[in-house]
Amino acid sequence: MTRLLEVEDLKVAFDTPRGTVRAVDGISFAVEAGRTLGLVGESGSGKSVTSLAVMGLHRGATVTGSIRLHGQELNGLGEKALGTVRGRRIAMIFQDPLSSLHPFYTVGEQIAEHYRVHFRANRKAGRARAVEMLAEVGIPEPARRVDEYPHQFSGGMRQRVMIAMALACEPDLLIADEPTTALDVTVQAQILDLIARIQQERGLGVVMITHDLGVVARVAHEVLVMYGGRAAEQAPVERLFAQPAHPYTRGLLDSLPRLDDTDDAPLRAIPGSPPSLIAPAPGCSFAPRCARTTAAAAEEHARCLAERPVLGPLAPGHQAACHLPLVPEGVL
Amino acid sequence: MTEPSLTGPPTNEPLLSVRDLVKTFPGRRSRTGRPGAPVRAVDGVSFDVGAGETLGLVGESGCGKSTTGRMIVRLLDPTSGTVTFDGTEIGGLSQARLRPHRRDLQMVFQDPYSSLNPRQTVSRIISEPLLVQGESATAARKRAAELMELVGLIPEHLDRYPHEFSGGQAQRIGIARALATSPRLVIADEPVSALDVSIQAQVVNLMERLQQELGLAYVFIAHDLSVVKRVCDRVAVMYLGRIVEIGDKAEVYGSPAHPYTRALLSAVPLPDPEAERTRERIVLLGDPPSPADPPPGCSFHPRCPKAQDLCRTERPLLRIAGPGTREAACHFPEVPGS
Ligand SMILES: Nc1ncnc2c1ncn2[C@@H]1O[C@H](COP(=O)(O)OP(=O)(O)OP(=O)(O)O)[C@@H](O)[C@H]1O
Ligand SMILES: Nc1ncnc2c1ncn2[C@@H]1O[C@H](COP(=O)(O)OP(=O)(O)OP(=O)(O)O)[C@@H](O)[C@H]1O
Ligand code: SF4
Ligand code: SF4
Ligand SMILES: [Mg+2]
Ligand SMILES: [Mg+2]
Repeated sequence: MTRLLEVEDLKVAFDTPRGTVRAVDGISFAVEAGRTLGLVGESGSGKSVTSLAVMGLHRGATVTGSIRLHGQELNGLGEKALGTVRGRRIAMIFQDPLSSLHPFYTVGEQIAEHYRVHFRANRKAGRARAVEMLAEVGIPEPARRVDEYPHQFSGGMRQRVMIAMALACEPDLLIADEPTTALDVTVQAQILDLIARIQQERGLGVVMITHDLGVVARVAHEVLVMYGGRAAEQAPVERLFAQPAHPYTRGLLDSLPRLDDTDDAPLRAIPGSPPSLIAPAPGCSFAPRCARTTAAAAEEHARCLAERPVLGPLAPGHQAACHLPLVPEGVL
Repeated sequence: MTEPSLTGPPTNEPLLSVRDLVKTFPGRRSRTGRPGAPVRAVDGVSFDVGAGETLGLVGESGCGKSTTGRMIVRLLDPTSGTVTFDGTEIGGLSQARLRPHRRDLQMVFQDPYSSLNPRQTVSRIISEPLLVQGESATAARKRAAELMELVGLIPEHLDRYPHEFSGGQAQRIGIARALATSPRLVIADEPVSALDVSIQAQVVNLMERLQQELGLAYVFIAHDLSVVKRVCDRVAVMYLGRIVEIGDKAEVYGSPAHPYTRALLSAVPLPDPEAERTRERIVLLGDPPSPADPPPGCSFHPRCPKAQDLCRTERPLLRIAGPGTREAACHFPEVPGS
């Protein structure tokens, strides 16, 4: 069976006056129908660039590698062919709903827009679809609110409108780029529940991009941890949290203040700051911040500095790009 | 008001005491040019902060946290109410009369870059509050170098500009500036919200270390309840301009009494898939209402799973809920053991 989405060795580079920015430097992942892949990483690690590349929205960048939807190669597809994929089979929602909604059109017109194009529907059918979608995402009085403008909606409701817009054409894959980061926690809980409900009802594949490990733990089935444009670790969600193998993943989990913490010991911070994407060091990009390599024997330390680690299997579905992973190989 | 005495203020007096603080903003003009209803951004807030203590101020966007903080340091003038710092009422002082107190009362802001002047060197930025206090340029620069070291930055970088630092480093510069005058109270408004997780911990640890070394008191404003739990001794939960629950961290986090606090805590995603699958969540309906048009009675009633008729008509006041000292503004608080 072909998978819903398969991305293989994706690289995205931008030419800038300061040099080539290797924003995404060889990542691979897959998403199955009805499953959620959590894409986590800190600011600048390449999450948004990855998702835009999958949508074919990277003009000006050099995109290499393979992006297959139901086995069909999307990388290199012409703009017209991509247009029928985008919005129809893959839909995307962004962090800031206000900047992606047009202020001068009613929310109904915006929800109906793609639907009318892809399904050749008339204005009346488009409006009916918009009302139906607003109801599905839990907007009260959808028949009235369909004719209102984005500024008449609260932040949480705008994000619902975005979701309605994304799902109006019944796509197979939803890419959600920090969909709740700008929202309050109580509203975030509503939106995450909404996405989960629709996913179950429709068997939607979801890529959930976030920097919040709590959100990942709540919604993801599989997780890809990114660091400096590369995959640091990939694992089923339970495994990643219970047995992180990459020192960076481990460091992230240790540095989190947690609601369920019982002691007040100082947080274990990761020293230093994220790597440069323009002139990456030859070895492991996490090496300057990695406590594990500092504590390692001289020759292992030298290897971390000289040789870039590649993803290696540790257990079924679990891979880490580290010369000295925290889980012994072959142990389940 | 307390009389000034030769022996100084009695030791049981809180360092900061805020009473019935109110801030009303004029309503924004609508598109048709009609003035909107005035916004009661802060609607009668009272709390104390002891010397060396951290009070966490939490709540969702727009509930009035920043406005409260800004009134305490007098970046905003209160509409009414009092701010008593170390026995002196400073809420109504003129900026000139306020100057001697500025030394003791500083603020750290959310966005590390936009709160630092991009055209000034770090040395100049950190020295600024000292120069305002009349310190000489040489003395101020020397102190700036000490402060760089204190917050874990390299003193040799004094002549660099803010954009040459990472976000976490820039936030350290903001903290160094706040500490320049050796304040006794720092209002930290979302000091780590703009930072990456791995960097947040560095800044949180720094703030905790400085508190121990310098005996600082903090009002730590944040919407991230996990961070606040980490750093505070006591916590106040705000909703729509009012404090709905306040008390010791252990009481408020351990057995929240106000339905809003309960919902807020249960909505925070835990970095633990196992716990996430099994825990019970209270999902609130709707969004926080606009402070320009607060609901009557208990302002939380349209979203409260426990609301009764009384809640729709009568505003609940803060009062002790439960065995400890925690207070909640709810007609039907959840009391441990009941
Ligand atoms: N058009 C562009 N030209 C040059 N560099 C770019 C461009 N777009 C993105 N980048 C760089 O690529 C890197 C990855 O950016 P990306 O937006 O994917 O990060 P992210 O993981 O989504 O971060 P955040 O959590 O802040 O959203 C960053 O260093 C960014 O500066
Ligand atoms: N200068 C102003 N003029 C008019 N309204 C204002 C002004 N400053 C704040 N407000 C309003 O006052 C209310 C409280 O704002 P405040 O910034 O204190 O909230 P907050 O709790 O800090 O929120 P956030 O978590 O988003 O920072 C909001 O409704 C806001 O829109
Ligand atoms: S490869 Fe070496 S430096 Fe990189 S994360 Fe693993 S132990 Fe650390
Ligand atoms: S007073 Fe009533 S509506 Fe308000 S929080 Fe308590 S139970 Fe809910
Ligand atoms: Mg992004
Ligand atoms: Mg604020």
